[in-house]
Amino acid sequence: MAMAAAATATAAHSNVVIRVRVAPSSSLRRSRSKEMWARAMWVRFRAAPDRGRGFASKASPQGQVQAAGQGTGTPSLALQGSGRVPTEKIEHLERLALVNFGSREAVARLEKAIAFAEQLQAVDTDGVEPLESVLENRCLYLRSDNVAEGNCAEELLQNSNHVVEEYFVAPPGNISLPDMVNRIPSPTAE
Amino acid sequence: MATSVLRLGIPGRRWALAWIDGGSRHRSGTQPGPTSNRARGQSSVTQLSLRTAQKPRKGEHKWAAVVGLEIHAQICSNSKLFSGAQVCFAAPPNSLVSFFDASLPGTLPVLNRRCVEAAVMTGLALNCHINRKSLFDRKHYFYADLPAGYQITQQRLPIATNGHLTYSIYIRKKQSQVTTKTVRIKQIQLEQDSGKSLHDDLRSQTLIDLNRAEGQLRVDANISVHHPGEPLGVRTEVKNLNSLRFLAKAIDYEIQRQITELENGGEVLNETRSFDYKLGCTVPMRDKEGKQDYRFMPEPNLPPLVLYDATSLPSDADSQQVINIDQLRDTLPELPSATRERLVQQYGMLPEHSFALLNEVGLLEFFQNVIKETRAEPKKVTNWVLNTFLYYLKQQNLAVSESPVTAGALAELLDLLDSKAVSSAAAKQVFEELWKGQGKTAAQIVSEQQLGLMQDREALEQLCQATIDGHPQTVMDVKKRNPKAINKLIGLVRKASLSRADPTLIKEILEKKLSL
Repeated sequence: MAMAAAATATAAHSNVVIRVRVAPSSSLRRSRSKEMWARAMWVRFRAAPDRGRGFASKASPQGQVQAAGQGTGTPSLALQGSGRVPTEKIEHLERLALVNFGSREAVARLEKAIAFAEQLQAVDTDGVEPLESVLENRCLYLRSDNVAEGNCAEELLQNSNHVVEEYFVAPPGNISLPDMVNRIPSPTAE
Repeated sequence: MATSVLRLGIPGRRWALAWIDGGSRHRSGTQPGPTSNRARGQSSVTQLSLRTAQKPRKGEHKWAAVVGLEIHAQICSNSKLFSGAQVCFAAPPNSLVSFFDASLPGTLPVLNRRCVEAAVMTGLALNCHINRKSLFDRKHYFYADLPAGYQITQQRLPIATNGHLTYSIYIRKKQSQVTTKTVRIKQIQLEQDSGKSLHDDLRSQTLIDLNRAEGQLRVDANISVHHPGEPLGVRTEVKNLNSLRFLAKAIDYEIQRQITELENGGEVLNETRSFDYKLGCTVPMRDKEGKQDYRFMPEPNLPPLVLYDATSLPSDADSQQVINIDQLRDTLPELPSATRERLVQQYGMLPEHSFALLNEVGLLEFFQNVIKETRAEPKKVTNWVLNTFLYYLKQQNLAVSESPVTAGALAELLDLLDSKAVSSAAAKQVFEELWKGQGKTAAQIVSEQQLGLMQDREALEQLCQATIDGHPQTVMDVKKRNPKAINKLIGLVRKASLSRADPTLIKEILEKKLSL
């Protein structure tokens, strides 16, 4: 993944910092530009849940939080004056992302992450084209239309606990959370 | 999962999705006068919106319906949109699945050049503006047949926008009158398809096949109603429409349902419905959980897709790695509207005829082969192909390729007719015989059954004389200038000649004999 993620932690405890040079992924063949690689800084946290300044870390159970105002038309997660996310919104997010915030503390962490991301609004972007992709200077590689993969059903099916006659098996319908009996049919039902 | 779909809504890994959005609630003010289709092609999703005016009911002001179609069409390619797995119909489950298609961690999408070309050509054929730069996005939702939890689509900036399609329909049931309409195409986008789910209710489980690549064409309809001049109404989406006939029925039903609901003081919910074929009505498809939020985000693994034309093409470009829109435009085959125009100009046929010729698979080619091999007039050929040949095909529900009569055989028959070796009535008989497919040529049938026109004028004159002598009353009527009487005499002579005489010649002889 050629995505740059920067995370900082200001814990006093020692952190292991690894600077990783992320090479261009195999699907992008060439790039002539100087920005060939992205640097990712990994910070390993020690226990303590209250990493105030940090962006949501990958280790947290809440998963990643999308920054507000992506320009996709979805309502911004901008908080109300108090900085609190309304309960209905939390429940909505839980249904959409199949996560379970579980505790007030987890929601607080979400709110802090949003506040952190909101700082982006302070940047004056008048006359600046939005960055849609850090790959924008790369050429999208076009593969020729030849069959080169597939025919590995056996291998793939080994990944599944439960298989019926070369089909993967899934529970019926869509059951969102254990304590919600709401069955949601597929958005693209056959 | 890398089949591509053109969303004209043609979606899918290998599916083209065409999304036609008729009545988005947020469109205000713009009232398309003529029919407007927004086509969003996925793989080509095209969004089309059609408006049909309703008759006024109970003396209230009119209702207008707005319909948008989301068309999902599969791209014809060897491998999938984002992976090198094969595209093939009816293969063993999960046999056409690469690691990427199975969404195994660490796999990445690699775009198929052929799919991009197909999308561009579709856009060009539908008169769209081709975006020189288009972007890929992720559309997130959870379902068992979508192992990644998202599908790669082109929601923000698709490959083609703002096209239109002009089409003709028969007025009412009369096949002879044709009117043209135009539909707007909103956009065409490339999109992945999800897998196939088989629901096993007995064992309470769903079986997943990640091959995809089936169901070449799929349509969803978006329908809303409103009073002309007022803002657009709330729309519903109807899915699960497998044929044009059910599409039409579902749309008609839904329009009526919405009108009835609103006239009774109710409201239309923004929901997804499906069509119950047996009951002929639409039913709500899912719980009222509110609008689905797909949390669109840019696809981080794919840079923007850049297309070039003759002017912008870099000189040192690798031809395999660039797509030249102008080059693709040149490879487009003759589009149907151009073909129809050419037929009307070249052969002097009516527009209705050109439609009929293009509407049947293989018929145009058949027609052109007959034209090539016969010296009969094009109008005669048109007449025989559309009225006789097509009629026989339809009677027995055959395709052109299954026809027992070849183009050459028909051409030969038309030559005989043209040289007046047979009468047109006899020719019909010969055709019937040819249709039996016994391997005889038209000439053979004519001689075997003695259907050839009498060439012996003297014999014909004798026949005419005999008929005159045998029907004095009719002769008197003729002499009295009764117009129908001469036809009766001609008919009698024809019968006597066993349809072997040319009616015009008979008339000429009779008139001479009766000194008319």
